[in-house]
Amino acid sequence: MSQNDIAISVEKLSKRYLVGHQTRERYTALRDVIAREARDFTRRGLDLLRGRQIVVGDEVEEFWALKDVSFEVKQGEIVGIVGRNGAGKSTLLKILSRITEPSAGRAVLRGRVASLLEVGTGFHPELTGRENIFLNGAIIGMTQAEVRRKFDEIVAFAEVERFLDTPVKRYSSGMYVRLAFAVAAHLEPEILVVDEVLAVGDAAFQRKCLGKMRDVASHDGRTVLFVSHSMAAIENMCDSALLLAQGRCVAQGDTHAVVQDYMNSVGRVAVSPLAERKDREGSGEFRVVGMALENADGSEAAAFKCGAEGVLHLTIDNRTGRSLRNARVAVVINDAGGQRVALMDTWLVDADIPELVPGETALRAVMPKVALAPGRYFVTVWSTIGEAVVDWIKDAGAFDVEEGDFFGSGRLPPPGYGPFVLEHHFLVGERSGNLIEWRKRKLSER
Amino acid sequence: MHELIIEPGSADRGYWRDLWRSRELLRLLAWRDVAVRYKQTVIGAAWALIRPLLTMVVFTLVFGRLAKLPSDGAAPYALMVYAGLLPWTFFSTAVTDAANSLIGNANLISKVYFPRLVVPAAAVAVALFDFVISFIVLAALMVWYRFFPGWQLLLLPGFVALAFMASFGLGVWLAALNVSYRDFRYVIPFVVQLGLYISPVGFSSNIIPAPWRLLYSVNPLVGIIDGFRWCLLGGQSELYLPGLWLSVAVSVLFAWLGVRRFRRTEKTFADLI
Repeated sequence: MSQNDIAISVEKLSKRYLVGHQTRERYTALRDVIAREARDFTRRGLDLLRGRQIVVGDEVEEFWALKDVSFEVKQGEIVGIVGRNGAGKSTLLKILSRITEPSAGRAVLRGRVASLLEVGTGFHPELTGRENIFLNGAIIGMTQAEVRRKFDEIVAFAEVERFLDTPVKRYSSGMYVRLAFAVAAHLEPEILVVDEVLAVGDAAFQRKCLGKMRDVASHDGRTVLFVSHSMAAIENMCDSALLLAQGRCVAQGDTHAVVQDYMNSVGRVAVSPLAERKDREGSGEFRVVGMALENADGSEAAAFKCGAEGVLHLTIDNRTGRSLRNARVAVVINDAGGQRVALMDTWLVDADIPELVPGETALRAVMPKVALAPGRYFVTVWSTIGEAVVDWIKDAGAFDVEEGDFFGSGRLPPPGYGPFVLEHHFLVGERSGNLIEWRKRKLSER
Repeated sequence: MHELIIEPGSADRGYWRDLWRSRELLRLLAWRDVAVRYKQTVIGAAWALIRPLLTMVVFTLVFGRLAKLPSDGAAPYALMVYAGLLPWTFFSTAVTDAANSLIGNANLISKVYFPRLVVPAAAVAVALFDFVISFIVLAALMVWYRFFPGWQLLLLPGFVALAFMASFGLGVWLAALNVSYRDFRYVIPFVVQLGLYISPVGFSSNIIPAPWRLLYSVNPLVGIIDGFRWCLLGGQSELYLPGLWLSVAVSVLFAWLGVRRFRRTEKTFADLI
């Protein structure tokens, strides 16, 4: 293999961030608060004068988002990057697209690089579709002449001909994403770096986008780096893959093997206790600090049983010292491949917490009959007050669902038929006529 | 084939070449801001005319009529005020918009690479566009007062360049600081407001006592505004040369310091914003 076949070569790439921690006093007196604020203030003032980065918190810690990552990508290859949230995937892409500089190491990219870290970057809601095509094109690095040449193709791909002169703020979210992807898809770089952009849009359009990316690689010999949480898309698209964990590259090579590695590792990785997780977003007025599984009688459970009652016990810590009103907590359940499976939401069932007292509160999500197929599921917790996100932790925890006698028939639903077990029954008899009465009778006989 | 090497410090190489290549982006960002500004307003671009016009009326009444301050030579007071208002409005909008431009385009900065200097430059370009529009009002005023500029008008581009340099330097410097220290968001409007009083916008700098004139010219706006008046009022206002050179020096210093500071902190923008 000659040196010229290598499109991307990355050697010991590392990125360091400084993060601050606030040590919290258990009993806070006004005197302590004033002293702490004064101390912070002087320190920040000094940092400002010295021109150093300001870090909020009492203790400053180094955090390696990426550590000694090395790999090579051949020209014309599609390489998938997988890993849990916070594993360093986005940091890697940001370095390769030059948005941020590495702290150490080196990457060599042969050819023009274009990155698509978010669809519709720089779209302006007030501008029309036509105007946004030109603006977005310039932002992602196309010349205006290029955009003009490909304009018709872009519009046709996005299927927005009729709305070209409508401000994009009036577009449906589907149209918006289609237009944004269409512009990016017609950029013709030698190396294309794509982050989880296909999580949006409908299934048909996702297929179209994947197809376009595959075309780009196979016909034109372009190289694609592709991050996704969808293992199906990765297995489908990529020639090889790369698994990142805690900033390090832990596996690379054959796509199928790496995806298997990932699936196994998500199960085993010791998730740090919820209270200590730092990769959360939101204002933090309250936080979800604990998650446990319970049986119907309140005893702790190791796993849920398909068809039995299951209780997900969340511990919520109100850190403000005052009561909070109308807290909404949602639990998103994803499967091991990252596909969304189900949602439990206090708002949905009209059960927002009217008053959240200071300190810890237990919130139990009760599933009267667990209808998930046996397997491992991941839980993302998302909570808000009003419109503001308060606490949002992706993959906050995981649980297993064991086989169970869902139908009370003494038989177990076989695996491999989707993530749900559907409540159902069969009736045999009448071919026509008013079936309502007949059904009532039949059901009462059972 | 084009080869790109990424390592610590690599962003500095080829920076000015990248900047030159981004000129189209600069044009589009400026165009976007102009196009969007007056959407959903009733009178649209007329706002660019009304604001300086009303300010001129108020200043003429307060300083010319009430305080009875002298104009430059035989020039009508309103014209003198407007000739000073032109560079001042440009300077204050350019500085304010450039200083807030990085924060306003945070999503671009954290998602796409391009030389960051493009963003504040586009903000200054937008201010320059407004500045050109407000010249229409000046032309109308001159016809109204039957007052026409002389050969000095030919030197106006030089003073426009000077105003550009001063505002770009200061704007870029504040933009860089604003990313790491959001305190500047509160400082900037305050400084701009103070600037209006310490610059000779509503009055002629001739009323400054002679011994203080040079010190007064440390404010680069003094030299710029005086220059504008000299060019536009056909020599009715005198040009104080030592002060002018001082203003030029300070403007150049601003531009140099601003760009230097910006370049030094630029690579951390995406991490901080």
